[in-house]
Parts: sequence; structure tokens; C-alpha cells
Amino acid sequence: MRFAARRIVRFAVSLAVLLVASFAMIHLIPGDPVRASLGPAAPVELVEARRQALGLDRPVPEQFLGYVRGVLGGEFGTSFLTGERVGDVIAARLPVTLSLALLATAVALLVAVPLGMWIAIRTENGRRRGAEATFTSVTGLAVTVPEFLYAIALVSVFSIGLGWFPPAGRGGPESYVLPVAALAIGPAAMIARMCRLETLRELAAEYVRLARAKRLPAPRLYIRHVLPGTLTATLTVSGLLLTGLVTGSVIVEYVFAWPGLGQRIVEAIVQKDYPVAQGLILVYGALVLVVNLLVDLALGMLDPTSRIKET
Amino acid sequence: MRRSLPAWIGGGLVAAMVILAIAGPPIWGEAAERVDPRAVLQGASAEHWLGTDNLGRDLLARVLVAARFSLLLALIATAVGGGAGVLLGALPSVLPRPAARFVTGAVNTLVAFPGLLLAMFTAVIAGLGARGAVLGVAAAIAPGVARLTQTLAASVAGADYVAAARMLGVSRPRVLVRHVLPNIAEPLILYLTQAMGLALLALASMSFLGLGVQPPDFDWGRLLFDGFPRIYVTPVVALGPAVAVALAGIGFNLLGDALAQAASRRGAHAGGAVPAADVSEAGEPDPEAVLEVRDLTVAFPGGLTPVRGVSLAVAPGEIVGLVGESGCGKSLTAAAVGGLVPYPGVVTAAALRLCGTEISEMSPKELGTSLAMVFQDPMASLNPALRVGGQLAEVAIVHQNAPRAAAHRRAVDRLGHVHIPEPERRARQHPHELSGGMRQRAVIAMGLMGAPRLIIADEPTTALDVTVQRQILTLLREVTAETAAATLFISHDIAVVGELCDRVVVMYAGRVVEELPAARLAEGAAHPYTRALIASVPDMDTDRTRPLAGIPGRPPTPAEFTDGCAFAPRCPLATAKCADHPPLADHDAPGHRVACWEAT
Repeated sequence: MRFAARRIVRFAVSLAVLLVASFAMIHLIPGDPVRASLGPAAPVELVEARRQALGLDRPVPEQFLGYVRGVLGGEFGTSFLTGERVGDVIAARLPVTLSLALLATAVALLVAVPLGMWIAIRTENGRRRGAEATFTSVTGLAVTVPEFLYAIALVSVFSIGLGWFPPAGRGGPESYVLPVAALAIGPAAMIARMCRLETLRELAAEYVRLARAKRLPAPRLYIRHVLPGTLTATLTVSGLLLTGLVTGSVIVEYVFAWPGLGQRIVEAIVQKDYPVAQGLILVYGALVLVVNLLVDLALGMLDPTSRIKET
Repeated sequence: MRRSLPAWIGGGLVAAMVILAIAGPPIWGEAAERVDPRAVLQGASAEHWLGTDNLGRDLLARVLVAARFSLLLALIATAVGGGAGVLLGALPSVLPRPAARFVTGAVNTLVAFPGLLLAMFTAVIAGLGARGAVLGVAAAIAPGVARLTQTLAASVAGADYVAAARMLGVSRPRVLVRHVLPNIAEPLILYLTQAMGLALLALASMSFLGLGVQPPDFDWGRLLFDGFPRIYVTPVVALGPAVAVALAGIGFNLLGDALAQAASRRGAHAGGAVPAADVSEAGEPDPEAVLEVRDLTVAFPGGLTPVRGVSLAVAPGEIVGLVGESGCGKSLTAAAVGGLVPYPGVVTAAALRLCGTEISEMSPKELGTSLAMVFQDPMASLNPALRVGGQLAEVAIVHQNAPRAAAHRRAVDRLGHVHIPEPERRARQHPHELSGGMRQRAVIAMGLMGAPRLIIADEPTTALDVTVQRQILTLLREVTAETAAATLFISHDIAVVGELCDRVVVMYAGRVVEELPAARLAEGAAHPYTRALIASVPDMDTDRTRPLAGIPGRPPTPAEFTDGCAFAPRCPLATAKCADHPPLADHDAPGHRVACWEAT
């Protein structure tokens, strides 16, 4: 339990640092952010009014307190351009992004873990070197190719070429197929590689030899004796990949015109809509920290030998 | 050094990209900028292979020219990120402790953040354009490099030469620059090669989102950004830059992988050719023996036969010791009996019978309950992720169809039977909560879940301390007597074997060289190898002023096996006759057989 408490303290500290960073972001912009946003032609009165509305004319410590109070109360400011409340933007779009990222993680894990284990079992002790080499090079390539290329390739082939799936927009289940695939392929390849190595390591362990000596049936041997030992590393990698997915979804949302946070943050940065950019970066950062915390806590519970608990 | 196909492809792709970056702009630069109002927004044609853009400029030329800017930006981002990373990573080893801890903590937090998020953060501050994107990607690369530098520096810092330099009073920054950095340069450069590929892809992503390079400049990502809205009408316009980005990214990655592999590759192992032993007649089952092994051979590809024609028999309730130095084939013999020889080993035997039935014909159910194995390292033979009781109970659940509760009761009973105190509590614990001796008891208890006919104990006490060793030996004897199983006890320690076993089988270089009753070990051993083994055991009377007795030379590896007596090169009695392998012949007492021409 002390481990969980330590992790939660670390999480809180990171969150505080993130809050400071997102606040500082606006102040680090060289020159006047409001002028930069409205353009050189905007009238001085408008710029001044905007500055006052944002509280930029007050002393920095006061601004920071106001910012923290706002964030804690779910108030992230309003968009320069549309006048929407950033809190509403987040509330409307976060579920869309999360559904995409979680679905992609689930698909990646469900495909990759069995695949990695299966390949490991088939290629144990240098058996079937051809299959092993094929697996390693194919997944190696799959890991390298970035999401936006998958997205473009999938759209070209499956919606423009074959017309099987809609090319853009969020609708029925079929509209999820391509975005989820574009997001999941890379991580799945990575997890499968990881899982293969971990399974090979487990298969060589003395306790697996003993389990084999007990003549356990294959499913029980692999699921009960081999799988748990592979999970620590696999989950750690998956956690890192999930945080990558949260932002990888930015690109996929952009390609598929998916109404999530990612599409909006790109717009906000291009249009210098700073309150929106600030709020969404804070949300993305917090998501990353939450995922890391959850992965750590899960590992602490799953791993009875508690290697992670010493860190 | 052998270069693999991926290495060639990676190297080739990177070389092609570099040539393109150098030669591209002078050759196609003019074509890439030539505006043609008559050829606006065209698809692929003979004149414009990849079509044209909204000003009628040839897209193929633009893709080829963009190589320079794309690679240059990636190079700058990698250099800036790598430099910042090395600095951040090296700082903790120079700074005072609290500051060092702060830097380490900051790096650990930053590593967890995805690169694109850091890049977007930087892009907001630095503004849209190549500069913001490069700084952002550099910020994304730096934490990984810093973490790697820290890890590597920590491993080098423990090395003797660094400790020596510290001892000599060399200052910390100087140790860092003179001793630490040069020794971690190679892995760092490898990492940066791959980071370059990632930087290229990340910059392309930023430009593709419209957050990177802005017109009139263009890189591959920007071309993709411009081409993407047209993908529904003329997909080919997005194809060119996409392929270029993918090839460059893959090229750097493959090259980095190949370099890393080349750096870590060790020498390949050699193999020798030895003819496999002939398999002779199976013969009638020996009714006296629980375990009967006749002419057992284990062969590996490349003509290696680490076990050559081993025969042995074990009677009910008998403990037979299998002794020899490491690599003599004793453990592999045990594995073959248990049907656990790893691929690609091939087991052949004239007979390999348990209670008169060929082991290869027994069902998993029969084998699972009639065979008990105990391995060397009790830390490693229990699965750390599963509770002790569950690992015992599953034998009954799987092979005897016992209900879960009954199986657990049986597991607790068995744990108690091997003298583990508080068996109910221990059954609920994980292996790491038990002591080494207790774990070995638990493993033995696991073998007792069924009705073992054969117990194979492979160096079961080697990893335990001496007092616990004795308890485990006593337990093994108890269990053997009680179950009337045949026990095969494998050890390199002839003193332990002499104490525990009824009979001893001595192996050397994959063959049985002597078989004798344990009682005769001290006085009656006939083979020079057995004698040498016994002589090398120190006892209370050993003269401690003289060096410990040993056997000169080392045992041959399977690649060095010959047809003659394998011990001859180390044997004081060897003669010309020893070039032929001596048969295992009866010696002067019952149950005593020796394979030596000169044995007396």
C-alpha cells in the first residue's frame, strides 16, 4: 500500500508541474500572444479588451492563482475564435478520442499477445528460423511506419479503392474500422515483438520445465504458467504505447475528420487559439499521467515479487 | 562480419536518400519551382508522373527536391535533441546529489510524454514553421537520449578504471569527459541513427498536420499536407511523398538495427562430426527394474552426441546416483528419461521403459502422475506468479480430475508430509515468501501429488546451504522408501552421492564408465576417473598444507568426442590400447562394471 501511496504522490507532483507548464506556455510565447493571435491589423481597443478578458493585464502570480482555481472548477477559459467554453469542448470531444484510443489498445493487445506467444512457442530453441525471421522483419517494418502513412494507405485502399469503409467522419461501427486499424497496427507489432521475447524467456525458465514435466495440457501450461510472467513487460510497453496512442490519435483524427480532441488541438495551434491549445495540452498531459499511474498500480498488483515497488 | 539482407536494404536506402539530398536540388530544383498555369492540379500523366500541384508545378520533381530539406531538418533536430539529451543525462553524475535527483526525476517524467505532445507544446511557443517543429522534435528526442546516457554512464561508472581514476583524485567532470563519454559513444550513436529516422517521421507528421514547414518552403510532410485533400480524386499526389517518407524512415531504422546487431554479435559456435551410436536390440523388459534405460543416445544437429549409448536400471525403492563433471551428459540423460530434451535434440534408445512400458507410449496423464522431477534451483522451479498451493493442486486437477477443493486439501496434506510447517498458510503464499529449502520441499511435494514411480532429482541440493542440503537428502530418502519409486539422483558431488545412494553410475564424455554399489566407492572403485573424483574430495584427514587434489586437464566437449576412451588424454594409466573404446565389463564384485582396459 505504501507503494500505491508513493505513486499517487508522484502523480500529484507531476500534475502540478504540468499545470505550471501549461500556464507558462502562454507567457513563454515571444511578444504579445493576443496580438499574435488577432493579427497586426486588429484595432488596439479589441486587443486591449481581449487582454483584459484573459486577465493578462494582472500580475502573474494572481493570474496563476486564477488559472489554477479555474482548472480545478472545470473552467479552462473561452476560445478566442468561436467563444466556446474550453471546458465544453473537452467534455464533448474527450469521449470521442478516448473511445478511439481504448479501442485501438484493446485490439492491439488482443491481436498481439496471442500472436507473440504463438510465434515464440513455434520458434522455441531456434525452430523454424524462416518463420522467426519473417516475423521479426515484418513487425520491425510495421513498427517503423508512422500512423499517418497507415491512415493514408488504409483510406486509399479500403475506402477510395474498394469502397468498403467510409473515408471520414464518425458514424456507425464501420466508421471505426479504419481509424482503429491505423492506430493499432504499429503498437500491435511492437507488443507482439515484446511478447515473443518475454515468452521465450519464460519458456526457458526452470519452472516451465517443471510444469512440462508435470505434463500439463498445452493451454494450461501456456496460459497459467507462461502468460503471467510475460505480462509485466508487456503491460509496461502497452502503457507507454497507450500514451503514444492518445497523441497518435491526433493524426488519425485529422486524417479521418474524427471530431475528437486531436482535430481541435491542431486547429487551435494553427489558428493561434491559445486558450483552446492550452486547455487541450493540459488534458493530453493529464491523460498521459493517468495512464502511467494506472499501469504502475496494475503492475504493482500483478507482480507479487514486487520488483517495480522498489522504484 | 556477415551483413544481413536488412542491413543491405537499410544502408542502401540511407545512401540513396543522402545522394538524393545532395544531388536533388541542383538537378530538379528548377523543374520543382516552374509554374505552369496550363497544367494546374493534374493527375498522373506521361509528362508529370505524380501529377502537378495548384500552381502546375511537377510533383515528382518536388518530392525529389524535398529530400534535402526533409533530411536536413531531421539532422538538425537529431543533433539538437541528442546534444541536449547527452548534457541532461550526464549532468546528474557531475551535480551535487539533490540537483542530480531533480534532473533524473525530470528526465523520467519527460520520457513518459509522447514526442508529438512535447512537439506541439514547443510549436505553440515557437510558432508555426520549421523552427518550431525542429525544436519540438528535438525536445521529444532529448529525454530518451538523456535516459540512455544516464543508464550507460551508471554502468560505466561502476567499472574499475573509473573507480581507479576517482581514487587518483581526477575531478568528476574530467572523469565524465575522459573516461565515461568515450565508452558510451558507440551505443549512443546507434541510438541516434534510429532517432534520426524517428525525427524524420515526426517532422513529416508535424508538417502533415500543418504545424511544421510553411510555404514557400516544402518538405515531404508539407507535400503530403497539400496532396491529402486531393486524395479522393487523384490518390497518386499523396503517394509520392508518402512513399518517400516511408522509405527514408524504414532505411534509418533498418540501418540502426543492423548496426546495433553488428555491435552486439558474438562469435558463432563451431560443430564437429561424430558418428551416432548404433541402436541395438530392445530385448525383453527387465521385470526387476522400475526404470530401464538401454543404449540411450541424445544427438543434436551437427553430429553432436552428448549422450552415447547409456544403459542403466533402477529397482523399486532404489536410489541411483549419476555422477560426473559438468558437461558429461548426466543432466541430458535425466532429461531424456523425463522426455524433456529441448529441441533440436533427438533421443534414440533401444529401451526407455518405466514399469515395463515405453515412456514414449505413455499418456501425459500417466506420466504426469508417475514421474516427479526436482531441479537444481528451487528459486527458479516454482512459478513466481502463482501461489504454491495452486501449483501443486493443478497436478490433481489436470490428471486426476479432482475437484478444486479436494485438490487443494491434497496439496496442503502433501506440503505437511514433506515437513513444511503451517502448510495451510504456505499453500496460500507465493514462492518468494518461502525459504530455499522450503521451496525445494514444495517441489518434492508436487511430485508426491500423484503416485510417483520415478523421481528424477537433478542436482537438487547444489543451490542450498549445507544444513538444508542434509534435510533435503533425508527427505528424498524417506520419500523413495515410502513410495517404492526409483530415484535417479544426479550430482557432480561424489561425496553426497556416496552418502545418499545405493548404487552409483559414473559418466564421462557421454558414456557410462563405471557402475558400482555405493558401499564400494571408497575402497573398490576401479576406473581411474572414478578414483580421481574420489581423491579430489577433501576430508578431515586431508593435509591442508598441500594444494587440493584435482584432475589435470578438462573433460572434452561433445564436439571433441572421439571413438576411443575419452578419459585417456587425462589418464595416468593410458596406453595405446585406449584408442579403442573399452566396453562396460563386469568387474570382480556383483553389480560392479567398469569400462577400462587397465582397470584392476
